[in-house]
Amino acid sequence: MLGAPLDYLFAFLVGGLVCLLAQLLIDLTKLTPARILVVYVVLGVFLGAVGLFEPLADFAGCGITVPLIGFGGNVARGVREAVSETGLLGALTGGLSAASGGTAAALCFGYLVALVCHSKPKHP
Amino acid sequence: MNFDRRRYLERVKERESGSPVFKNCFFAYLFGGGICALGQLLLSLYLFWGLSERDAGTLVTVTLIFLSACLTGIGVFDSIARIAGAGTLVPVTGFANAVVSPALDNKSEGLVTGVGAKIFTVAGPVLLYATLSGALYGVILYVVRLFL
Repeated sequence: MLGAPLDYLFAFLVGGLVCLLAQLLIDLTKLTPARILVVYVVLGVFLGAVGLFEPLADFAGCGITVPLIGFGGNVARGVREAVSETGLLGALTGGLSAASGGTAAALCFGYLVALVCHSKPKHP
Repeated sequence: MNFDRRRYLERVKERESGSPVFKNCFFAYLFGGGICALGQLLLSLYLFWGLSERDAGTLVTVTLIFLSACLTGIGVFDSIARIAGAGTLVPVTGFANAVVSPALDNKSEGLVTGVGAKIFTVAGPVLLYATLSGALYGVILYVVRLFL
């Protein structure tokens, strides 16, 4: 059995809501997509810092961890663990260590795709 | 024809179709929720295969990044994103697309100043502000713990 049906429902509902809020920000304010990504990742770090990220992730699963908020939440968790282990130095080492999987994947796959594929003409 | 600003804006309003905000939000919710549910399915699968909770979570991210990198490469991602809007932007799929797309588009400038530099066009700001806010949190946490 691959998880409870409710897990999927909550992931869908919360994940959709997170994206809907971003769409509202794009349509109603002048925030560009790149700024939305930055806002969401910083929001994730903030939620992790004030201790809200873990309870949210327990409830919504991938609905919270798959949006870029999850990237920020990971960074906050990494920093907290590293500060507990190594003190102040952890403030510098924890964040990128925790986010290394996604970052390295994006860079490596990105490079390979850029090598193999050719850019398509953009539709207006 | 002599348009003043007010009449021009009225014309623009007439030509706008329906309520794009509502439609955009609907599709953003649908696609965004769908991608998160797909992530949940992958997570269950990896946990079922015996990975630890943390490794499974990382592998979900890696899988979604791989998928959207490939879809960006064959030109399908942009077609989906035009409908889904924030629905594909906000999940890690949007991050992956923002890494791959400028790298691919600037391939002609070479592998170092083209692909190498442009791959960070959007990933750079995201990583910068994630690291910056993380470091700030770490310093605050360290200082707070000194006094507790």
